[in-house]
Amino acid sequence: MLISNISPMFQMGLLVLGVLVLASVAVAALQRARPKKDFSELSARVRAWWIMAAVFFAAIVVSNRLSLVFFALMSFWAMKEYVTLLKTRPADHRALVLTFLAIPIQYLWIGLNPPWYGMFIIFIPVYMMLALPARMVLSKETKGFVESASQIHWGLMIFVFGLSHMAYLLTSPTVGDSAANGRTLVLFLVFVVEMSDVLQYIWGKTLGRHKIIPTISPNKTWEGFIGGIASAMLLSLAIRFLTPFSIRETLLVSFLITVAGFCGGAVMSAVKRDFGVKDFGSFIPGHGGMLDRVDSLCYAAPVFFHYVRYFYIK
Amino acid sequence: MTRDAPESANLSGANDTPVAAKRLTLRNVAQMVVFALIIKPFMALFIGLRVRGREHLTQCGPFILVANHSSHLDTISLLSLFPLNRLRRVRPVAAADYFERNVFVSFMTRTLFNILPIARKNITPENNPLRRMREAIEAGDSIIIFPEGTRGSGSEMGEFRSGVAHLIAKVPGVPIVPAYLVNMGRSLPKGEFIPVPFFCEIRIGAPRLLQGSRQEITRLLETAVRELTDKTTQAAS
Repeated sequence: MLISNISPMFQMGLLVLGVLVLASVAVAALQRARPKKDFSELSARVRAWWIMAAVFFAAIVVSNRLSLVFFALMSFWAMKEYVTLLKTRPADHRALVLTFLAIPIQYLWIGLNPPWYGMFIIFIPVYMMLALPARMVLSKETKGFVESASQIHWGLMIFVFGLSHMAYLLTSPTVGDSAANGRTLVLFLVFVVEMSDVLQYIWGKTLGRHKIIPTISPNKTWEGFIGGIASAMLLSLAIRFLTPFSIRETLLVSFLITVAGFCGGAVMSAVKRDFGVKDFGSFIPGHGGMLDRVDSLCYAAPVFFHYVRYFYIK
Repeated sequence: MTRDAPESANLSGANDTPVAAKRLTLRNVAQMVVFALIIKPFMALFIGLRVRGREHLTQCGPFILVANHSSHLDTISLLSLFPLNRLRRVRPVAAADYFERNVFVSFMTRTLFNILPIARKNITPENNPLRRMREAIEAGDSIIIFPEGTRGSGSEMGEFRSGVAHLIAKVPGVPIVPAYLVNMGRSLPKGEFIPVPFFCEIRIGAPRLLQGSRQEITRLLETAVRELTDKTTQAAS
């Protein structure tokens, strides 16, 4: 039991370490091969990946409580970035206080023993949807009411409700009859989605010709999209030991989550376009803000969660 | 009329006599503890405060920090920029009728923020605000002052009053440090008690000496702060 729980995590740690070393070596080799070109941003990105991987592993491995705090802080920081860019009205102040208060409460449902699934799944979509506009009415300002109410709740849905699915998944003790559990599945999800982001970037940079959505994100190409998703799907087979899936199912699931991740990235690009900014912040050197890194996960996490829940968790 | 300091070190020219030592009181210690344990972490983790031009605050001699005002967070966030051992030498100028309205508020603001209370009404030679500020500066303290005189709406900077110009004329060698605060009024507007964690930013300009008539100095001050609004207005993490 102990071995089957720890061993997949340990194997995964080694694999991630290998990928990081490979990335660092590749960037150093690139810089040496082309000394005239400046790869400092790329190497800053790789360095940030080392730190993110270490922090993420620590947050996942140590204890469930720490994981919940970690994911809650992630939602908090993402929501901060989003709300700062919104054109909020002074009258929205108390509704925004309520919005931020909803973050610890949402994670509290997951932290209960046992987790309160019913409340977790309706608190933000139903109760916060009803409560926020009701609170806004008390401020008596009608101009811009619908805009404010929609923008604020949309942010809660994506950055708090969406991301919190990862935290809920994490708490599942076992999945089906396999050795997989919530933690190994979260690792699978994050690894496949983030690798797909990176691989789409690499394929796009090297072979990208035909743009998919030039008005929203000029860097996204068909070559990057297809190459990135196909190679992430192949890679997911290597970490099938984290999941209860068959080979065919692993391919299907990784296809679902990488496409969802692509949609998440594209949606956040559109949001940035709308706000007129390049990045959501500068929290992670070389990557931008928290939202620039978790954009794909905001979409992939709920899709993955409900797949696993529907087929594997009774 | 304005001259930008090439280096802040040169600027202390008029007041490079070593600052008189000031005894550490129990209140100062209380202030340091609260800043170290509560206010600095709050600014970093909750507000996500970002600072540009922090290097302009490194000089040790007295200076007059001038900023726009839209929130109670203004004073707190500006104070949070100073190292703990310099905190007791920085005194935010505050309206006595508001910040000393009762014994409790007075005790808290004097202890935690080391305010320099000044009278807005019934001014006598003893409580003359200019005299109070001048005495503080001559004793080696720096002051933080909001020339708008009160908290504005946050979206638009109000007109600067001429009081600071009076003070500057009286202590001509003391450098002026302009600062522009972004999003503080969004995070904690007038009349609210719970802050919303919008990312806030403090932009600090180069220290300078200002000369001229009161009107000119007031205008130069306002320009100095307004210049800092130019950079991209969105605060970032």
